[in-house]
Amino acid sequence: MSVDVELLKAFPYFSGLDRAELESSRGFFFERKAQRGEFVLKEGEHGETLYFVASGVVKEFMTSTDGKEQTLRLIRPGESFNDVPIFDGGPNPASAVAMSPLVLYGIRKGDMERVMREHPSVALNAIKALAGRVRYFVSLVEDLSFRHVIGRVAKILLEQARTETGSGPRLTQQEMAAMAGTAREMIGRALKALEEDGAIRLDRHRILITDRDALREMAGVTLETKVTDRQQIEP
Amino acid sequence: MAEMPTVDGKKCNGCGLCVSVCHCHVFVLVENVISVIETEECTWCTQCEAVCPTGAISCPYEIIVEK
Repeated sequence: MSVDVELLKAFPYFSGLDRAELESSRGFFFERKAQRGEFVLKEGEHGETLYFVASGVVKEFMTSTDGKEQTLRLIRPGESFNDVPIFDGGPNPASAVAMSPLVLYGIRKGDMERVMREHPSVALNAIKALAGRVRYFVSLVEDLSFRHVIGRVAKILLEQARTETGSGPRLTQQEMAAMAGTAREMIGRALKALEEDGAIRLDRHRILITDRDALREMAGVTLETKVTDRQQIEP
Repeated sequence: MAEMPTVDGKKCNGCGLCVSVCHCHVFVLVENVISVIETEECTWCTQCEAVCPTGAISCPYEIIVEK
């Protein structure tokens, strides 16, 4: 099934390419669909496909030997995953599972290399995207090393809040715990503490951010915002 | 229509712990099959999700910036 050129144009890797360049690249892509809960990749396996999310959300995560899960990223439309094995030939460093019905565009390693040779701007875009990824993971390491759980939960709420266009994943406490690197029980306590401080209000299945500045302060986000490759937290 | 917890029937083992912890009578277990009763009484305490041994129950949150 041929991929939508308009959608391809919106992917950061293909930013700035003209119509002819996009048309010459689209033939290498194939579409893959997945249902919620379906694994797209498994940690440690060898894979030769770079994926771009066309619609839906993917959770990228690692699992420890004692079964504890750490979420690395939530990957939204336009973003890519499984970049690392494509570029360094190693196994998948993380697993990827569909959080919603998913449409992916995949391209095999050899084809991606050919596209980058024929269109060097794609390679430059890839470097920029991966640099943003490195920045994101440095921030994650900082979060896990230095921030208190409440601060990490505050940051997660700021980053995952529904945008004005309506997109934003729904997260269970278990999912938030995996993102924050803590136990599920701590999330409930953190949400209660944030509500008591007036930063949020819990309304059944909705977490309403009532004081974004207070939440930012708890998250330790400064006015010089930390840009991630997911979402910019506005000053 | 009230938002309600969801149950993954493939993961549910019919243990009934969700029925026992729920204050709001959301869950009904009949012949080892769990059903969710739609009710405004559900306070989204998420205890059902917490106690479920198989991870069959989900109580996802929507995160919204209040204007």
